[in-house]
Amino acid sequence: MVESTAAKAPATNRLGLTQADYKGSPSTLCDGCGHDAITSQIIKAAYELALEPHKVAKLSGIGCSSKTPAYFLSRSHGFNAVHGRMPSIATGASAANKELTLMAVSGDGDTASIGLGQFCHIVRRNVPLVYIVENNGVYGLTKGQFSATADIGTKSKGGDVNEFPPIDLCGLALELGCSFVARSFAGDPKQLVTLLKAALSHNGTAILDVISPCVTFNNHESSTKSYKRAKETEMPLHEIGYIPFYEQIAADYEPGSTIDVKMHDGSHIVLKKLHQDYDPTDRFQAMTTIYKANQDKQFLTGLLYIDEKKTSLTEMLHTVDKPLASLTQAELRPGKDALIEIMASLM
Amino acid sequence: MTSLAPESEKTLDKSRIVNDFSIHVATINGSGSQSSNNVLMRSIFQMGIPVSGKNLFPSNIAGLPTWFTIRVNKNGYIARKKEVDILVAMNPQTAFEDVKSLPTGAVCVSPVELKLDAIRSDVHHYQVPFTELAAQATDQIKLRKLLTNMIYVGVVGELINLDFKEVEIAIARQFEGKQKAIDLNVTAVNKGREWAKENIKKADPYVVERLNLTKGKIIIDGNAAAAIGCVFAGVSVVTWYPITPSSSLAESLEEYLEQYRKDKDGKATFAVIQAEDELAAIGMALGAGWAGTRSMTTTSGPGISLMSEFVGLGYFAEIPAVIFDVQRVGPSTGMPTRTAQADLFSAYQLSHGDTKHIVLLPGSVEECYQMAMDAFDLSERFQTPVFVLSDLDIGMNNWMANPFPYPTKDLDRGKVLTAEQLNKLGEFARYKDVDGDGIPYRTLPGTNSPIAAYFTRGSGHNEKAQYTERPDDYENLMNRLNKKYDTARKYVPKPEIITEKDAKIGLIAFGSSNPAIMESRDQLKVANISTSYFRLKAIPFTEDLRKFVESYDRIYVVEQNRDAQLRELITMELPEYATKLKSVLHYDGLPIDARFITDAIMAEER
Repeated sequence: MVESTAAKAPATNRLGLTQADYKGSPSTLCDGCGHDAITSQIIKAAYELALEPHKVAKLSGIGCSSKTPAYFLSRSHGFNAVHGRMPSIATGASAANKELTLMAVSGDGDTASIGLGQFCHIVRRNVPLVYIVENNGVYGLTKGQFSATADIGTKSKGGDVNEFPPIDLCGLALELGCSFVARSFAGDPKQLVTLLKAALSHNGTAILDVISPCVTFNNHESSTKSYKRAKETEMPLHEIGYIPFYEQIAADYEPGSTIDVKMHDGSHIVLKKLHQDYDPTDRFQAMTTIYKANQDKQFLTGLLYIDEKKTSLTEMLHTVDKPLASLTQAELRPGKDALIEIMASLM
Repeated sequence: MTSLAPESEKTLDKSRIVNDFSIHVATINGSGSQSSNNVLMRSIFQMGIPVSGKNLFPSNIAGLPTWFTIRVNKNGYIARKKEVDILVAMNPQTAFEDVKSLPTGAVCVSPVELKLDAIRSDVHHYQVPFTELAAQATDQIKLRKLLTNMIYVGVVGELINLDFKEVEIAIARQFEGKQKAIDLNVTAVNKGREWAKENIKKADPYVVERLNLTKGKIIIDGNAAAAIGCVFAGVSVVTWYPITPSSSLAESLEEYLEQYRKDKDGKATFAVIQAEDELAAIGMALGAGWAGTRSMTTTSGPGISLMSEFVGLGYFAEIPAVIFDVQRVGPSTGMPTRTAQADLFSAYQLSHGDTKHIVLLPGSVEECYQMAMDAFDLSERFQTPVFVLSDLDIGMNNWMANPFPYPTKDLDRGKVLTAEQLNKLGEFARYKDVDGDGIPYRTLPGTNSPIAAYFTRGSGHNEKAQYTERPDDYENLMNRLNKKYDTARKYVPKPEIITEKDAKIGLIAFGSSNPAIMESRDQLKVANISTSYFRLKAIPFTEDLRKFVESYDRIYVVEQNRDAQLRELITMELPEYATKLKSVLHYDGLPIDARFITDAIMAEER
């Protein structure tokens, strides 16, 4: 046998697209940002599921996380909405074209603070979409203020201590009757890609709360890897500002086990993967499990809850089979008789 | 009250005043008087006599005073008339004030126990034992209060010589299919009628006589008219949050959609979503507009305040959506059930930064219908949010109108590129001014072409929709938006201009002020003041405005707000004529009336 000397063609999915076809423009986020790790898994999941890019619409609000839809699926339409109000754009888009696969990316500020209302209502309406929260507990773009998911006792870059309890978006989603609730970690690509694929296959609102460490603003004075400390030991990498370089945190561990992850700011996060025999169709169990995890200060990861039978907004609207956006004038404008009938009723 | 004597006073005493008076019914909110008032108004309408009805109601559910005014006018004047000719004083809370404000010679129909004759001796009092008559009409105590309202229909009907066959038809219509209710209400009307026949010696001049001026006409409120327009405009996604006075637009729209926009399998060609708030309502409308449907939301002042941020995004990112603002009195909560034209500034420039919107200004129920269709065409043609600025007076009051014509124009879906067109073109830049009219081409999500996709954002972007902070990119974008706006001048509804040859003064107005202005022009003519009239139907202004302003010595800009918002906008457009522009401003929450305009202009002109 003669070995081929030609370069090996990149692998393709069943649409004949390569993984590169699912990429977007280069990220402008800080090196080592958890969000970029999530972006990579979104690209991988979309590639592996062989999503048709033109049938996907990407949506986001405002914030670091909300920039990320530009970094994946460049062949899909994208919408960068106003702060906290991406869900309403998504709801309208879904009603207009039910054939679109909606992928939404938001942050903890965008979702749990300014956007909490819209978050609740998109869940309540069960709008079919994947809703990824890139959760890091801080406002990155405005330089490190607390978000509503920041833990009590967390210190800000300026040294302020957060005294308010965090909002648990998974707990809240469960309370609201969300049909798909999962939590993952940006540094656990194996789990994340699996959950993303499951979420993309779900008919209804799939909430995916992903812990995604902020390398730049979650590093207060006392941290061993604080901005100041890093500056003393590292060289500037960017001309606009100094961004310390961090390795992306990675974790891979067995279901049921617990892992202690050291974050960029020196703090620790205890991740616990749901046990293999955990029943994600039992909402009551999901709620008690997450409640207990919060008490034990653990971040439970995995698929917390799924209800595949819950009616989605698309079904509730009872619209014609075709997307509303594709209807023609003949289908949209009633005939002359209709107007005559209406007028007669008013005489 | 104005200083001028009511028209009727001149011909008072024994002479008859035929088909020219107003009936003012004072009741308590929640007492069920609406059906009675509708029956009374419809009966007159069915006699071929032009009528208009205005409901003046409080912002509560029950208990506070409410008034319903029916204007009967043989000339077809349908504006509010301030003077009350016939008062039906059913509300003890307001009876004293109501009677006190009557002009000399007016009629007061009231429950006998209120003893209103003691207050005014220069008014014709007809005191009716309503409680006793209601007891005769039914054994059921619960129904008596409701039937009292029908009894005044009988009394007033007998007084003004109403044809009771028409009353029966109107009742049958009001309580369609509910025979028991129909019988009961007819009985009550007859009780009042018979009592009046036997006991009232008519001393007032007000009567109706059959005319043939309403045949083939409809009675409708502006919100329902707009709703019908939206149905025939092909609206597909309606998102809204309840707010007075716009809720009935969305509600009747949903009813019409349910009835007329389902396919043969009963599946809807529309989606109506009641949002959690106005921010979500406009967000959903923009999401749907972006995805390619005709989408809209309905709201009022507080709602557009909340929508401000998203509307700016719609303008900057160029996304179509239609916003119906049925104006009420502001600022803040203001007076939710009173009317105004004070959202002009805010609608025109809603959002931060350099922003300006296309605003349509319907002046009648017919235009609510027509402009609903215009709004969707303009919104998709110009890829931008379009406002329709109606108000409570047009939106929630009953107006007589000609039946609406079936649209003759096809839907204008604007510049949308299909996959086929894209593949032929080989390139696509979302925000490029290809045709030199400022309007770029867009693609819809779901378009199966590798070059269709682009990124929509409210942040700075270049022609290819890529993020940028380059000074030239931003300037080019802002200038193109302006060019697009200029193009819109040629597409928006043209003003209605009525030119009088000998006129030295011109009137400019918009929206619901129109009927009062038409009537005022006639009043001014009697006083030898000839006026030309420019009724604005849209912003941006068309070239006609300059021509009109140039042509007259003085221009009175009549509007229903404190700050002369339209005059200010005209001044911005035509600063050289600023000194020519005078204001007639009405802003007490009630609809403007002809006499107010006439008095204001005469005070200046004499």
